[in-house]
Amino acid sequence: MNVQGYEKRQLLEFYSTMYKIRKFEEEVFELYKQGLMPGLAHTYVGEEAIATGACNAIEKGKDYVASTHRGHGHLIASGADLSKMMAEILGKKTGYCKGKGGSMHVVSLENNILGANGIVGGGIPLATGAAYTSKLKNTGQVTLSFFGDAATNQGTFHESLNMAAAWKLPVVYIIENNQFGISVSIKRVTAIKDLAERAKAYGMPGVVVDGNNVIEVYEKVKEAVELARKGEGPTLIECKTYRFRGHHVGDPGIEYRLQEEIEEWKAKCPIKRLKEALINNSIATEDDIKNIERDVDKQIEEAVEFAKQSPYPEPSEAFEDLFV
Amino acid sequence: MREITYAQAICEALDEEMARDENVILLGEDVGIIGGNFKTSVGLYKKYGEWRVKDTPISESGFTGLALGAAITGLRPVVEIMFSDFMAVCFDQIINQIAKIRYMSGGQVKVPLTIRTPIGGGRSSAAQHSQSLQALVAHIPGLKVVLPSTAEEAKGLLKTAIREDNPVVFMEHKMEYNKKYLVPEGEYTIPFGKARIAREGSDITIVATSSMVMKSLDAAKELEKDGIETEIIDIRTIVPLDKETIVKSVIKTGKLLIVDEGHIRCGIGAEIAMSVLDDVFYDLDLPIQRMGTENVPLPFSPALEFPLIPDAKKIYQKVKQMM
Ligand SMILES: Cc1ncc(C[n+]2csc(CCOP(=O)(O)OP(=O)(O)O)c2C)c(N)n1
Repeated sequence: MNVQGYEKRQLLEFYSTMYKIRKFEEEVFELYKQGLMPGLAHTYVGEEAIATGACNAIEKGKDYVASTHRGHGHLIASGADLSKMMAEILGKKTGYCKGKGGSMHVVSLENNILGANGIVGGGIPLATGAAYTSKLKNTGQVTLSFFGDAATNQGTFHESLNMAAAWKLPVVYIIENNQFGISVSIKRVTAIKDLAERAKAYGMPGVVVDGNNVIEVYEKVKEAVELARKGEGPTLIECKTYRFRGHHVGDPGIEYRLQEEIEEWKAKCPIKRLKEALINNSIATEDDIKNIERDVDKQIEEAVEFAKQSPYPEPSEAFEDLFV
Repeated sequence: MREITYAQAICEALDEEMARDENVILLGEDVGIIGGNFKTSVGLYKKYGEWRVKDTPISESGFTGLALGAAITGLRPVVEIMFSDFMAVCFDQIINQIAKIRYMSGGQVKVPLTIRTPIGGGRSSAAQHSQSLQALVAHIPGLKVVLPSTAEEAKGLLKTAIREDNPVVFMEHKMEYNKKYLVPEGEYTIPFGKARIAREGSDITIVATSSMVMKSLDAAKELEKDGIETEIIDIRTIVPLDKETIVKSVIKTGKLLIVDEGHIRCGIGAEIAMSVLDDVFYDLDLPIQRMGTENVPLPFSPALEFPLIPDAKKIYQKVKQMM
């Protein structure tokens, strides 16, 4: 991993964000095991470099992000409040959506997160529409649209990319190719090797990125964001990665994947790789890293505590927030 | 008042709202250069330019979802779905995205989005271009559902729909587009949730939607000759529903017939009947009756199609039976 030319501050920021996502997700898993979390959650463990690299390549609070069912990482990397996130995941009144959305549907308008989505591919048109507003109003904003490999086989993917390219909309489409849609390997249902190749069909650049390399993700997304901001239209970026855990917290994730494959990818852990680069290049010491981790651990602990202590919504609140 | 077509009335509503608010945009198939498949946006492309009047690819999910993204980021889109049957192509966007995002986000976003779409049989368009799918959308919490009758109604209700900060499904009757109606000069809006008494009468109440209002009015003229005075309620909006006006009328007349062009099964008739039943039960002379399209797809041949859809004659006969 080439960290040349980067300020220490920024690299440590990347590290801190990736570690925060990892730690948050591990905590979610714990809460699930303890029976404190209603429903399920899809963890982002192993994929942290993508949200971190991409969300740092945009102007936070100005540009838009549209997320997925596996969305905690996008929120954290966009600077969302950990306590409000955790409270939402536990179904509490103090959560971002007052307990009406849960893990899969966290919207945080204050962070310009336009929505996570329980429908695979369902949010790609929405992201495209945010870009339409930016284009029409000439605001200079860019939208990042995240989705998984499986979502690229939905009609909404094709329809959205086609419109965005035809109209040169300022949007960057990011495939988080963790190679599986639940249990189905993308190779079993799709003939092409690189999903980014599909970009050609719509008339936009397609880029393949090592999704476990935060620097590479950051750089490629930044280039695409600059193109979009200049009015040159969308880019499709495919980040190759792997999820360390199962599809969701209740899935061991081992029936359909080989143990060696899982181990192989764990060796390519994006957090470990950045840490090694930081230490090998004498940018940070073990102590620096420990300090960051301690700080994050504390933040997560506070978030969990806040969520646990928060009240559930009253049943009557189910009737609120339907219409303006 | 002057005489214009229903399509022109729609066009005027769009034009006035686009002039009033630069965030109003129009999206759909053929809405631009040719001014719409049913000529409901003639001249707007020229007047407002290609970014505010956007001819889209044939991608109903894509552009309906795009409109949602635009709506939550500051625009006020009006989407045209060329036939209501094609809503089925983008039901995920309508049902799971547009209807849900405000609620699921705990009220963080508002969705000023209108979906305009034509309903109705009578054109030999067969089963994929003739449906009246109002019951399907009215079933979903989070959507307002409007069924205008005349051109005057269509204009005033559409202006309200566009100004709404909630998603509205606005269903126009395709057999009305070329009909001429008297429409007031100048601006006016018609509020949602407030039914209109289209005709006063004391013997029976007919609650009708869309073009069934006009068919009921035709039936009422004949019934009058037989000495039967029909009260006709143009319900205007299914969501929200003006129960109060219906209940008041039925308490007066003691009889209720509901006429909607959607299929009878699980339809608007059943919904309205059960919504008012508790309040009118002891005032009813006989059970509530409903009319709608028979529970088969609409066939192509006029010889097969027309017998399945309620019309003035069938409404007349039904009312006579109820007397
Ligand atoms: C329309 C739709 N079909 C199926 C599902 C069930 N489902 C939830 S996540 C998922 C797999 C998605 O895979 P991918 O898009 O690659 O994202 P990943 O979960 O791998 O991050 C499926 C099939 C769904 N939520 N929505």
